[in-house]
Amino acid sequence: MSKPLLEFNNKGIYCAKADVYIDAWRPVKKVIITHGHADHSKFGHQKYITHHLNIPIIKHRLGDINVTGVEWGETFSINSVKFSLHPAGHIIGSSQVRVEHKGEVWVFSGDYKTEDDGISGAFEPVKCHSFITECTFGLPVFKWQPQQEVFDEMNNWWKDNQKNNMTSVIMVYSLGKAQRVLKYLNADIGTIYTHGAIENMTDVLRKNYDFPETVKITRETKKNDLKGNIVIAPPSAHGTTWMRKMVPYVTSSASGWMSTRGARRRRAIDKGFVLSDHADWDGLLSAIKTTECEKVICTHGYTDIFSRYLKTLGYDARTEQTQYKEDED
Amino acid sequence: MKNFAQLIQKIDSTNKTNAKVKALKEYFDTADDKDKIWTIAILSHRRPPRPVNSTQIREYAGELSKIPAWLFEESYHIVGDLAETIALVLPKNNSETEKPLHEYLEDILDLKSKSDDKKKNYLFKHWKKLNYYERFVFTKLMTGGFRIGVSQKLMTRALSQSTGIDQDVLAYKLMGNWKPQNSTFQSLILEENPEDYLSKPYPFYLAYAVEGELKDLGNPEDYLFEHKWDGIRAQLICRNDQHFIWSRGEELVTDKYPELETFKEQLPEGTVLDGEIIAYPNNEIGDFKDLQKRIGRKNVSKSLLKKIPVIFKAYDILEWKGIDIRNKSFAQRRKVLDDLYDKFKDTIAPFHLSETMRFSDWKEVEKERQKAREIRSEGLMIKLVNSEYGVGRKKGDWWKYKSDPYSIDAVLTYAMRGHGRRSNLFTDYTFALWNDDKSELVTFAKAYSGLTDKEFREVDSWIKKNTTDRFGPVRQVEPHHVFEIAFEGIAESKRHKSGVATRFPRIIRWRKDKKIEDANTLEELKALL
Repeated sequence: MSKPLLEFNNKGIYCAKADVYIDAWRPVKKVIITHGHADHSKFGHQKYITHHLNIPIIKHRLGDINVTGVEWGETFSINSVKFSLHPAGHIIGSSQVRVEHKGEVWVFSGDYKTEDDGISGAFEPVKCHSFITECTFGLPVFKWQPQQEVFDEMNNWWKDNQKNNMTSVIMVYSLGKAQRVLKYLNADIGTIYTHGAIENMTDVLRKNYDFPETVKITRETKKNDLKGNIVIAPPSAHGTTWMRKMVPYVTSSASGWMSTRGARRRRAIDKGFVLSDHADWDGLLSAIKTTECEKVICTHGYTDIFSRYLKTLGYDARTEQTQYKEDED
Repeated sequence: MKNFAQLIQKIDSTNKTNAKVKALKEYFDTADDKDKIWTIAILSHRRPPRPVNSTQIREYAGELSKIPAWLFEESYHIVGDLAETIALVLPKNNSETEKPLHEYLEDILDLKSKSDDKKKNYLFKHWKKLNYYERFVFTKLMTGGFRIGVSQKLMTRALSQSTGIDQDVLAYKLMGNWKPQNSTFQSLILEENPEDYLSKPYPFYLAYAVEGELKDLGNPEDYLFEHKWDGIRAQLICRNDQHFIWSRGEELVTDKYPELETFKEQLPEGTVLDGEIIAYPNNEIGDFKDLQKRIGRKNVSKSLLKKIPVIFKAYDILEWKGIDIRNKSFAQRRKVLDDLYDKFKDTIAPFHLSETMRFSDWKEVEKERQKAREIRSEGLMIKLVNSEYGVGRKKGDWWKYKSDPYSIDAVLTYAMRGHGRRSNLFTDYTFALWNDDKSELVTFAKAYSGLTDKEFREVDSWIKKNTTDRFGPVRQVEPHHVFEIAFEGIAESKRHKSGVATRFPRIIRWRKDKKIEDANTLEELKALL
């Protein structure tokens, strides 16, 4: 038996034939990066390859790194192994990685969602023999509503709070969800304020995208200016003194975890919007089906449960340990 | 149902008590009387009996959502709430139902005696018709307690705002054995009844725990000291030839303690005592475990009454000869109480007095506290001589100075996911101690509380990475972490493998400085017996 095309070792997902890693969590010589979230793009690799839209993001986060950008669908070879990136629909600049050698095709999904959010590129199913998939929300309780319904609900929530003279605070990750929310907020309702972390990341992305105008909250921002408007802040801001300026406020979070009441109460926030940048149960199953793969390897999320279910559907499914985080949204 | 489901959704969308009360008030302002009475019933723990058992309901939900039973179970353990799991896994539906809440509840009452097939058909029909929140509420009404972040007190507050009726009066109106199916909103809530005021208790006055040093409280001679008795805090009201006993949970418990009826026959009209109901088996003060056998019973059998009688140990007097004397000083009130006790101690058998003590030196106070276990108290109460009987908790007048709990170092061996706000986090732990030759760890207690959210997250993440075996929802973990476990009491037990049962075990701290070899042994635990 020859070695599998992609294997899992203590540094990341490894292609021995090309001597290249994908989303390595320890420093390596050469790495292909699926997207800019911290658990997938670590500091310290010698050479990075990623989608060109992801370059500003990882440079903003990791500083001056040696990075090459590629287009979706553009093939590049390393030691006769053919690689290409394909849209994953997770966040801006996110990709799946297709790896082909002697007719055998593997795909690593990275993180993905199947609904087109209008900014991340539409998820593209890639035919393969072996599919390495995330399954963050690999349970049948996770089923998303169409995003337009969620954003309508979000804008109405903002309007209601405005009527009650309250400031709306929405807590989302600064990369990905923040920009997705920003794109769909109705700026006619009021002013969109941002926390510094969100403003900086969004600034990096404005070159390529058209987002509504935002105002960064600074020491000079007046309490009265915020009233009735909306603030986008990272989850870490919740419960800090930074929030004082927003009093009286109503808090919310937008994430797939908001599906369950317990998760919402644990975070002690008022309103939960079920809005995820990952595939839901049906999304995962349909994505796997359209790859026409035989083997599925589940990396992070409810891996044991999800792979067990895949086996009942006839897939050769198993799990692999990685250091990708399960609790992101 | 539509309005009720929307109410639950509104309550669910806020973390603020006032917003919850507002939503409830608006609901009470507009809802149909029949729906209102059922809403009051549901929110005061008067849910109809379960029409379908939990196994059946899981099976049906799995079938309708076309997922295997094991997958449904896994989902349930992660979501941590059965009704919520069902509402989530069923195929989506966005329509709303016009059928009113009370009709659903009447269905549910009927359903209990129906055949399994009929039950299944009924569930399928309505699950398919209802949207997410309606489904959640509908299923919740049939499973477990209806806990959705609204206490009976909160509901009473909203009802008071909506009707203009005083909260305490409403609290009384809602007591007792009324049934929503044969009560009306008019008769239960709106009609004036002079009796309502007769039973009215005073709000309990509560003490703060001593946190710093005793000497920070000032001069010990400014205080009266009592032991802190371990039972149920209660008010005993004698007015107009009737007596009422209210527990601190604002529950009317008169019927549960028939031996206290003798107070009514002897005490003068217009007397209200504050005290503690304590188990008194074999003519001595029992422990809380004894009292627990009485707490749950509505109808007390003669044999139980004989085996575990209760006494009322009086702390204070709030009303005397029909006059509210709460603004008199504690010393003055105690003088009235002490005289009353002297007069009636021989004729009212269950009348006991919580004796006051005076000390001139804090060291003596400390010594007195050390006696607590021996005389079966929980520690000391420290009350300013000139304190009024206030409302709620106020810092400075009354202090409680509890005995230090027992504590022991134990090893984390198993974990389960929590419920509610801890769903999907491993927060329910099993702890073990070493056997004699330290060859084996023996389970001795489970504990769920005592760590910070941050620590829970850290332990949760460690558990997920260090699971050695799984038994359904239970994870066995590598013995590695030592925790200090505190508990209030300890008793022999045949039901536990360890041979002992502990009362209210909880985690004090995570002993990262200790290795599992440093954990205590079962022998060391038994030495505390």
